[in-house]
Amino acid sequence: MTTSPNIHQAVNHLFRQASGKMVAVLVKIFGAENYTLVEDVVQDALLSGLETWKLNGIPDNPEAWLFRVARNKAIDIIRRKKHQYNIDFSSPEQLSPSTEYTLASTFDQYWQDQAIRDDFLGMMFACCHPDISPENQVTFILKSLCGFSTREVARAFLTSEDTISKRLYRTKEFFRTNDIRPVIPPPAQLSGRLDAVLNSLYLLFNEGYSATQHEQLVREDIIAQAIYLCQSLLDHEHTRQPRTSALMALFCFHAARIHSRLQSDGTIIPLSQQDRRQWDKALIASGNEWLNKAASGTALSPFHLEAAIAYEHCIAPGYAATNWKMILAYYDALLQLTKDPVILLNRSVALLEYAGAPAALQSLEVVQSHRQLNRYYLYHAVLGEIYKRMNEKDKAVASFEQARQLTTAQQEQQFLTAKIADT
Amino acid sequence: MQEFLVIIRGDGRPNTDSAQDMQQHLQNWQHWLHELMASGNYVGGQNLESEGLTVLNSTTVTDRPLAEGKELIAGYLVLRASNAAAAAELVKGCPSLPYGSTFEIRAIRQLHLS
Repeated sequence: MTTSPNIHQAVNHLFRQASGKMVAVLVKIFGAENYTLVEDVVQDALLSGLETWKLNGIPDNPEAWLFRVARNKAIDIIRRKKHQYNIDFSSPEQLSPSTEYTLASTFDQYWQDQAIRDDFLGMMFACCHPDISPENQVTFILKSLCGFSTREVARAFLTSEDTISKRLYRTKEFFRTNDIRPVIPPPAQLSGRLDAVLNSLYLLFNEGYSATQHEQLVREDIIAQAIYLCQSLLDHEHTRQPRTSALMALFCFHAARIHSRLQSDGTIIPLSQQDRRQWDKALIASGNEWLNKAASGTALSPFHLEAAIAYEHCIAPGYAATNWKMILAYYDALLQLTKDPVILLNRSVALLEYAGAPAALQSLEVVQSHRQLNRYYLYHAVLGEIYKRMNEKDKAVASFEQARQLTTAQQEQQFLTAKIADT
Repeated sequence: MQEFLVIIRGDGRPNTDSAQDMQQHLQNWQHWLHELMASGNYVGGQNLESEGLTVLNSTTVTDRPLAEGKELIAGYLVLRASNAAAAAELVKGCPSLPYGSTFEIRAIRQLHLS
């Protein structure tokens, strides 16, 4: 037993992970249509934990403690309140808790480690159903599987609690009307559905990695959650695919650099000026391991290539000594897989370093009239940098100006203001 | 398909002190019920405490059932089957049958509405 004066902080991490698992198991028991009931049971369990541990200290296996409380509350509801809630007992699996003959044994099976792991993944797949919009997917993942409060999700997305509540409501309604169950899809559908889950984790990670997010703690929390969810996929034989490993490698390489990306006041430090000694060597090493594991099989995913690019940055002794040729080759391969103009933009930066400003400028000619890209601040920031290198000061300043107008993030505006002053 | 009430008399279980044998018996029960659930024959059921009350008339309530031992109703099931004989076939799979439980199968009467 450990008694902590600051019990809230001590259990925060534990609560995040335990609540996601409890949600997954309880959704299986009560059905996604009873999601509010699921949340109530989880909240009750967490509150009991907090209250009891305040007095008696944290037990040796706090997660098992919480699971036992949730299990007993769920049994209580099945026994006493099954008619109050519309719990569906129509399928063979849902029938077995309906009778005392099999209730206890069924519940024991539900709360075994392997079953919890399966349900947790099943819930990930449910959250990433192709008919749910990507932003609603990520929102619901944070809320249901990462134990974020509505307020914390709102902070993560820099939006209002109201907006988040609406997104959550829409997803719950979708679950209810479409009778969505938290299951790992059958082999025939697994590949496509896994892609959706990986994309959602990629978005989640980006949300945490993005410099537009000012609160360092929020950012690190989201990054840790994305890594944790990806690890859950890697722990399961069905989802342990080379591209899952590649995504994990990408996460590790990017996460290794988070502390060198911002000054203490939140100002952005460009890659060329980052203190490489601050990069997390242990994370880079595990990124390497995952990238090696990702190299099995024949399929090459965008995650493989993005991880390879991030790897090149991580191992370069300095900005100038970066293997731009290799990076350029990876960008070319990426463009073969997807015609994303943002990739073309990133490629132009590698080209700028490898072949010079005129080549970089020329490479962007094809996307000159791309409407979305024209509204993307980084496009103009890159153009500014290219013009600056070509000594075309007016054009450079004009581009930086336009970039500054297009971004709402304060740090980026400061960064661009400094750029203009420097041109 | 019709529904049948299966009244289980006698708590038929292995005559043993071995916890392992008892555990096996319980697992056999669960396995049997899960099969009935999966095949769609199971509708509901519960097992019953051995204590209870018997109301004989408006003044006499005894604090235990009249029947004792193997006559005691240990539990009930509601099964779905095409006829009584088919329900009886299902009941033959019950793990308590070899240990002396007996089963009364009664079709649930559906009153015809005019």
